[in-house]
Amino acid sequence: MTDIDETPAGLRALDLPGQGLDARLVVDRGTFRLDVALTAAPGDVVALLGPNGAGKTTALRALAGLDPLTGGHLRLDGAALDRTPPEARPVGVVFQDYLLFPHLSALDNVAFGPRCRGATKAEARAQAAEWLTRMGLAGHSGAKPRRLSGGQAQRVALARALATRPRLLLLDEPLAALDARTRLEVRAQLRRHLAEFEAVAVLVTHDPLDAMVLADRLVVVEHGRVVQEGTPSDIARRPRTDYIAQLVGLNLYRGRADGHTVRLEDGPALTTTEDLSGPVFVAFPPGAVTLHRDRPTGSSARNLWRCEVAGLETHGNQIRADLTGALPLAADLTTVAAAELDLHPGAVVWAAVKAAQTHAYPA
Amino acid sequence: MTEPAQAHTVTPENRSRHGRPRRGAPLPLMLPALVGLAFLLLPLLALLIRAPWRSLPEQLTSAEVWQALQLSLVSATAATAVSLVLGVPLAWLLARTDFPGRGLVRALVTLPLVLPPVVGGVALLLALGRNGVVGQWLDAWFGITLPFTTAGVVVAETFVAMPFLVISVEGTLRAADPRYEEAATTLGASRFTAFRRVTLPLIAPGIAAGAVLAWARALGEFGATITFAGNFPGRTQTMPLAVYLALQNDPAAAIALSLVLLAVSIAVLAGLRDRWTTAST
Repeated sequence: MTDIDETPAGLRALDLPGQGLDARLVVDRGTFRLDVALTAAPGDVVALLGPNGAGKTTALRALAGLDPLTGGHLRLDGAALDRTPPEARPVGVVFQDYLLFPHLSALDNVAFGPRCRGATKAEARAQAAEWLTRMGLAGHSGAKPRRLSGGQAQRVALARALATRPRLLLLDEPLAALDARTRLEVRAQLRRHLAEFEAVAVLVTHDPLDAMVLADRLVVVEHGRVVQEGTPSDIARRPRTDYIAQLVGLNLYRGRADGHTVRLEDGPALTTTEDLSGPVFVAFPPGAVTLHRDRPTGSSARNLWRCEVAGLETHGNQIRADLTGALPLAADLTTVAAAELDLHPGAVVWAAVKAAQTHAYPA
Repeated sequence: MTEPAQAHTVTPENRSRHGRPRRGAPLPLMLPALVGLAFLLLPLLALLIRAPWRSLPEQLTSAEVWQALQLSLVSATAATAVSLVLGVPLAWLLARTDFPGRGLVRALVTLPLVLPPVVGGVALLLALGRNGVVGQWLDAWFGITLPFTTAGVVVAETFVAMPFLVISVEGTLRAADPRYEEAATTLGASRFTAFRRVTLPLIAPGIAAGAVLAWARALGEFGATITFAGNFPGRTQTMPLAVYLALQNDPAAAIALSLVLLAVSIAVLAGLRDRWTTAST
């Protein structure tokens, strides 16, 4: 099995057919239907990214066997798991609020899995101690969960899931329960542990930053369907839905290209640098938009629209203006610029975007 | 309690628990409250006032008292044990599974809580009596007769006390997060292992409280016991039965026996106090 780890990352899935995760998860829940296909090679970290209620957690529970599949299939390293009860699946779960057993010490929490899988008490505890040491928690093995900090509890939960040597590791919103400061530190640690993990890891999150830092591949789920998947950089550059565009902070439009001109579905035309034809997406960052009080004369910008300010909010150290008009648009500008333009809801402005700052790609 | 220098400042001691200064309660509330309090305490006080303190040691060391007390403690403890063995799984079934008619089953389980115990005793006779629905077979096949035996006392007390345990444990189970069981199964635990190693320790305080309630109820049980098991000294005559009987011909003995039961009740209350005060804050 060691040769798996030595194979270059991109080739693993091709070299070892049947290894890793191959799933199509179909779960019917009244009016909601989840239908998501997921494949991953050993060593992959896949993030299921989506808004609340998209079905991410349902997918995770189906993978763990906590919710039954209505249809589809689930194979892990070539073995069908569809009908396997959760306790018999080689799957480890890190729950969102960790669910560490409050009556057991950190050590006994981690030893619980090995013990259930047949190890003697002494063996299980020895393994658990090793895992805690690896997580840098050797000094906390006797502590009850309520005495652990959020970051420590997260690492105990990870150790507990890994101690059963799963072939599929599931993490449900692994950083959601942490405060902002701990989050940064735990994210870096988790990234290191996931990189060391030799089997498939699937994490569920609604935070694009967590997904992009932790995962090699993102699967974006909306309304129970996969709407886009790819590497973090691919998704950040070429979003295909409004939700993703919003997550990665881009203005996104869909239209039909004819050379350098893209006619939007129900709006004006955009000029782009790419030469395309057929259905396309056009994206540009809010920072690429310049605002003017009066119609600019002699501007080199090819894209110019008259807009109305719908709302203003601070965004980092900038002001983000939500504009309505010929096309809905987000624009970032400095506080000084906002004051000089006398921006207020209802104000009429001209928005300009240079063709060079737009990015068009086939839909 | 406060030092003289602080006597006129507002210290935590002369503020109420919620931080507001204390104020007198309105009379329409205060008066009935005091009457109610007196009503509850007066009988207990009377018991203490009229107690034959001088002859008490003698009364309490008599063979009949010890026999009855021993029988009461043994049968109440046995009834609690049976309630635990059968009632905890029943509570789990009601709290954690979904089956058709679960609501009806739950209502039937709680019925003995409101059923007059004498009716329970009659029902037990009809079910487990020598000619009862099940009892006739117990007698014919195994030679087991329950009515008018110590085992019958345990049966009657269990019938009345087990619902207390089931309700208490079911409530605790419902409040406990079922996802801990799920977490256990993802770690390789079967549902039973998850129950034994995770759920049971988590609901232990609820089980303990339920067991104490059931035990206290079994200890005081009268109606079902006298109906189903009769009143034979040394065999089925528990403390409450002995008290009732003694009242007819030896009131002093009845008072002495009552004092013993009162002492046991206070001990139970003291044992529960920590749990109840922590639960309410």
